[in-house]
Amino acid sequence: MRWLTQVVEITFLNLRTIPQRLGPSLVVVVGIAGVVGVLVSVMAMSEGFRHTLASTGRNDRVIMLRAGSDAEMSSGVERDQAALLAALPGVARDAEGRPLASAELVVMVELPRKGETSPNNVPFRGVQPVAFAIRDEVRIVDGRRFERGVREVMVGRKAAQEFAGLTIGSRIGFRDSDWTVVGIFESGGDVHESEIWADVEVAISAFRRRGYQSLTAKLADGADAGVTAFKDSVSRDPRFSINVLREPEYYARQAKVLSNLINVLGYTVATFMAVGATFGALNCMYSAIASRQVEIATLRAIGFGSLPVVVSVMIEALLLALLGGGVGGALAYLYCGGASLSTLNFGTFSQVAFDFRVTPGLLAEGLLWALVIGAAGGLFPAIRAARLPVTVALRTL
Amino acid sequence: MRYLPLLWAGLFRKKTRTILTLLSVAVAFLLFGLLQAVETAFESGVDTADAKRLVTTARYSIIEPLPISYLRRIELVRGVAGVAHADWFGAKYQNESNAFPVFAVDPKRYLDMYPEFVIAPAQRDVFIKTRTGAVAGKRLVDRFGWKLGQKLPISSEIHPKTDGSLNWEFDLVGVLDADDPAQRGNTDLVLINAAYFDEARQFGKGKTGWYIVRIADSAQARAISAEIDRLFVNSPDETKTQPEKEFAIGFARQIGDIGALVTRILAAVFFTILILTGNTMAQSIRERIPELAILKTVGFPDGTLTALVLAEAVLLLFIGGGLGMAGATGALPVLNGSTGGRFPPLFVSAGTWLLAIGIALAVALAVGLPPALRARRLRIVEALSGHR
Repeated sequence: MRWLTQVVEITFLNLRTIPQRLGPSLVVVVGIAGVVGVLVSVMAMSEGFRHTLASTGRNDRVIMLRAGSDAEMSSGVERDQAALLAALPGVARDAEGRPLASAELVVMVELPRKGETSPNNVPFRGVQPVAFAIRDEVRIVDGRRFERGVREVMVGRKAAQEFAGLTIGSRIGFRDSDWTVVGIFESGGDVHESEIWADVEVAISAFRRRGYQSLTAKLADGADAGVTAFKDSVSRDPRFSINVLREPEYYARQAKVLSNLINVLGYTVATFMAVGATFGALNCMYSAIASRQVEIATLRAIGFGSLPVVVSVMIEALLLALLGGGVGGALAYLYCGGASLSTLNFGTFSQVAFDFRVTPGLLAEGLLWALVIGAAGGLFPAIRAARLPVTVALRTL
Repeated sequence: MRYLPLLWAGLFRKKTRTILTLLSVAVAFLLFGLLQAVETAFESGVDTADAKRLVTTARYSIIEPLPISYLRRIELVRGVAGVAHADWFGAKYQNESNAFPVFAVDPKRYLDMYPEFVIAPAQRDVFIKTRTGAVAGKRLVDRFGWKLGQKLPISSEIHPKTDGSLNWEFDLVGVLDADDPAQRGNTDLVLINAAYFDEARQFGKGKTGWYIVRIADSAQARAISAEIDRLFVNSPDETKTQPEKEFAIGFARQIGDIGALVTRILAAVFFTILILTGNTMAQSIRERIPELAILKTVGFPDGTLTALVLAEAVLLLFIGGGLGMAGATGALPVLNGSTGGRFPPLFVSAGTWLLAIGIALAVALAVGLPPALRARRLRIVEALSGHR
């Protein structure tokens, strides 16, 4: 108990002298705030991107691509094949007995970002009417759906936000065809919100294609066993050379390259900054104990133990670090709140728009980094303070 | 120069503090060097663009093909010195999608278009003559341990052969390299013979992905671009022609403003360094006020004293910054080796060094000036009597 009282007393003594050492203490706070701010912001970007792709698709839905293709853009599914695949017994059916399978076309159209002129590859998806029954998360938030057989499009919420000229009623020209924007849709923040949707048959003729590129289907049995059985039935069927992937599996794979890249960038930068901030914290804590060495020695001379000295210096360092971490996290939160970005997803060669996501987990991770830096910066000075022979320290008086 | 020992003594008056400060400055500049290298690599397409090259793509989307018959028509445009074409193969190698780009090209036209690609003349001739031939960038050859003369089994994600198979095979007949390190990343590709590719593929025959146009006079780039696009206006395949540099900028923009991201991170880094070294400098000068007063007493003019304090800050930043930049310059070749050529080569350019010197000077001034002015304004009597 006495030990604890000693710790508390020295700690308060230390903290009360912080105003006299505002400069060095500020260095610790700013240094650590910098590390945590950068780490959390970059990771919020990666997290936002990953979340957008990870929340795309359901476990009971599969996407079918030509064997050998890893992305819709490079895949091809011929019309007769699409009809045969949709008729497979594993595919779920609606009340009227129609298969819940949508054959789709994905092309890229070029649109500038708002306020810019250089073009970006925005995915343009042609879907069959049944697509709305399959993807029941798709909801019109403004306007209406496109009509069949007409050059009308509906635009994902993020695409409308990010790219120029996608408001309801505006006309967009792609390849000898003019399309009218008739609606804005959302789909739970997933990757489809970065897309433009139209009737697949109209799209095929306008873009002069012959077949589809993928088939998205809801399975009657969405459990693992059902999906595996469906995969097997397709791979065993000699009529098909088709690869069946669960939607979440397909989209997670697309996220991999880019989110790995952002993670590497974020952690590398944060590590370097953390090393720099540790030097700063060491500097501060050394100067803190240097300016107080007489007091510390006096306390030791009148019977305070050396462990309470170590602990109290550590507590001071950790408190400063925590303050820095809090400031950094708060700055990142303010900076990233509501920020969104669109970038080229290397997996599909087309744009994905997403929001930065500062999650509690990320903030906790930032605070953890702050504490580690604080501990590293406090330990050696604390040990020096405790080791300093009392007589030597007092002689400097 | 004769003040150097004095500067040195001042700087290392408190060894631990100065070394810690030096190390944090070094880390900041190390990070600066590395991030700038990433940005340089990212923008290499823009920096290495040839002002005398234009790129012609389909007007509405880069993925739409163009008829190969456009070649002759573009060639006839006044001011055009040469035309090459390339098509995207969609390579999958060892089950990895887009492990590297493969372009189907007319070998002679393409290699003539890019004189910065270095290839042995004998290999070039073999490539031109071999229908199933392929040449690959040196970094790719090293990364995968390919040997000249071997078969390259590469699948296409897009193009089946006439027999329906997606598995293609080419003969590696040459190796591409570039002398300029900034260009070396551009050679991370495999070129195959378009004549063979077009004949053997199931669909898309008679088409190509894009054209590269060499013009005689770079001042004519806009006029010739417009002239080419006018040829095909209102045809089923309209074109968009732009200088290579603009094409590269547009492509980089698609990924987003990496430059702005890097700048923001570095701003946070240098702001931290500014606070850190500023505090160290202020502290160090505060402790030395009596010493400075003595220097004044023995006749050092105000100007010299100001200069001495400033020089100390400059020395601190230059030693730290130099260490960091040297570290980045030395570390990148090792890093390039260990990533196995998976990323474009990273290197610290001369421009980055210049920028680093500028930043070091600016930070030194910002942190040195307040204490320097304080030293200048010092009154000898007060400083000596105050003891602190």
